[in-house]
Amino acid sequence: MTAHVPPAALAAYAGGEPALDDAAIWTLEAHLDGCAHCRGRLADLAPPPLADLLGEARTAILQEARTGPRPVARRRFRRWFLRWTDWSLLAWIVTTSVAILAAFLLDRNFPDRPSTVLLIAPVAPLAGLAVAWSRRANPNWELIAGTSRAGVELLLRRSLTVLAMVFPLLAAAGVGLGRNPALWLLPCLTFTGATLLLGGRVGVPTAAGLLSGGWLLTVLAATWFRDEPTVVDSLLRFETMPGWAAAALILAVTAVLRADDLRGPAHWR
Amino acid sequence: MVRAIGAQEIAPTRHAWAIEATALKVKAGRHLAVDGLDLALGTGVHGLLGPNGAGKSTLMRALATVVRPNGGTLRLLGTDAARTRELRRTRGRLGYLPQQFGYYPRFTVRDYVEYMAWLREMPASAVPAAAQRAIERVRLADRADKRLKSLSGGMLRRAGIAQAIVNEPDLLLLDEPTVGLDPEQRVEFRELIRELGTEACVLVSTHLVEDVVAACSDVVLMDLGKLVHQGVPADLVRLGENGGVGDSPAERGYSYLLAQHRGGAR
Repeated sequence: MTAHVPPAALAAYAGGEPALDDAAIWTLEAHLDGCAHCRGRLADLAPPPLADLLGEARTAILQEARTGPRPVARRRFRRWFLRWTDWSLLAWIVTTSVAILAAFLLDRNFPDRPSTVLLIAPVAPLAGLAVAWSRRANPNWELIAGTSRAGVELLLRRSLTVLAMVFPLLAAAGVGLGRNPALWLLPCLTFTGATLLLGGRVGVPTAAGLLSGGWLLTVLAATWFRDEPTVVDSLLRFETMPGWAAAALILAVTAVLRADDLRGPAHWR
Repeated sequence: MVRAIGAQEIAPTRHAWAIEATALKVKAGRHLAVDGLDLALGTGVHGLLGPNGAGKSTLMRALATVVRPNGGTLRLLGTDAARTRELRRTRGRLGYLPQQFGYYPRFTVRDYVEYMAWLREMPASAVPAAAQRAIERVRLADRADKRLKSLSGGMLRRAGIAQAIVNEPDLLLLDEPTVGLDPEQRVEFRELIRELGTEACVLVSTHLVEDVVAACSDVVLMDLGKLVHQGVPADLVRLGENGGVGDSPAERGYSYLLAQHRGGAR
């Protein structure tokens, strides 16, 4: 914008000259929008009634700004927190913490018996996943299930949140018992991946129930009926870890690739 | 400066109907609640009427992509709802108020509306302003920072409407939105949906015939999972002259149509 509005045209515009047609007004206003200098000149040319009106409007706006509702403060943390967590997870975190604590105390007091922490550790996050996709536990499920983010994104957010809550607890329990926490954190990931993959087919809560029930039953059956109290220890030791890691990787990648299954409505149960 | 108009804003729609269902079948539990429904709805406010158990809510859930249809085809805003890959974009243009909408009690109205806007993938910079605007449109601005659990039933319903309209949806589904609203609020609500219906397809499920006659441009009547009648509200009033039970001509028209349909079905 190099040329400014000619004084005559500006005076005609300020005075509300009827001779100015729409096209002329449009060009003029487009220029005024971007040119502070010409707006200043226009203000000087405004006739007294218009200047009074503008003055009153200015007073009214300032008055409103002083007495009206205050602007809402930005609550970044709260917003971030609400988006990463889910209300229904609160009850779950309490239950899981109590279960891990109880298992820890059992192991501590009866060190010669098969480890309970090892037994429940691989399936500890599954309850959280089940709760995050449960129709009963999540009052808002009907709304969430029909939104764009219900799919890969919520899947990753919920799983990461659940794992981030469980891992420190399990790691602390492992350190307290003098065992290497890596022994059960990898199986944890494997079971999480398997739940998400199976969840796309039969619903996450059902998948979590099947897998954790299957794991517990297998281990208990092996311990009681075949009298092998060390079955967990033989499954979760350093030699088997590459196998668990490979399974975790394959399941996680497949789960993300098949994430479209989780976008459909069927995974809510 | 003069605001630039994006190509998206002036792009023509490539679909004839916002909702296009052919021989749609949807189950509620084991019961087939929607049984072979054919429906085509475009821009405007459509009232979905029917007795209890007619399958209205199940239909709304299927249209909101919350339950999967068990048969037939369903196209929403021009895309096939059965293709999960394309659901994401469709869902961003959808607004839905369920009949029983759950909420997290500690959320404030603003938290709730912003959360839903975020879930529908609105750009982060647009969310706060859009939430404020939606809250003002349902007249809840003075309660915006109150907890949801402290609100009365009618206010909760309005908070639900606010979350449904926050992303300015092209397809708005409201299931029993007027339950718990007082007469004054109902009049305001009708004004709001008339305004929304000039640009979007609004489907309002209700069993209040008067709401439909006052606010809707189109009436869809269903019974036992099937379409009974589709027409303008004036049709209902006109049919009411033929008899039927009810206190107003429209109610008489409604019951006349239902009786005709049930008589024919027998």
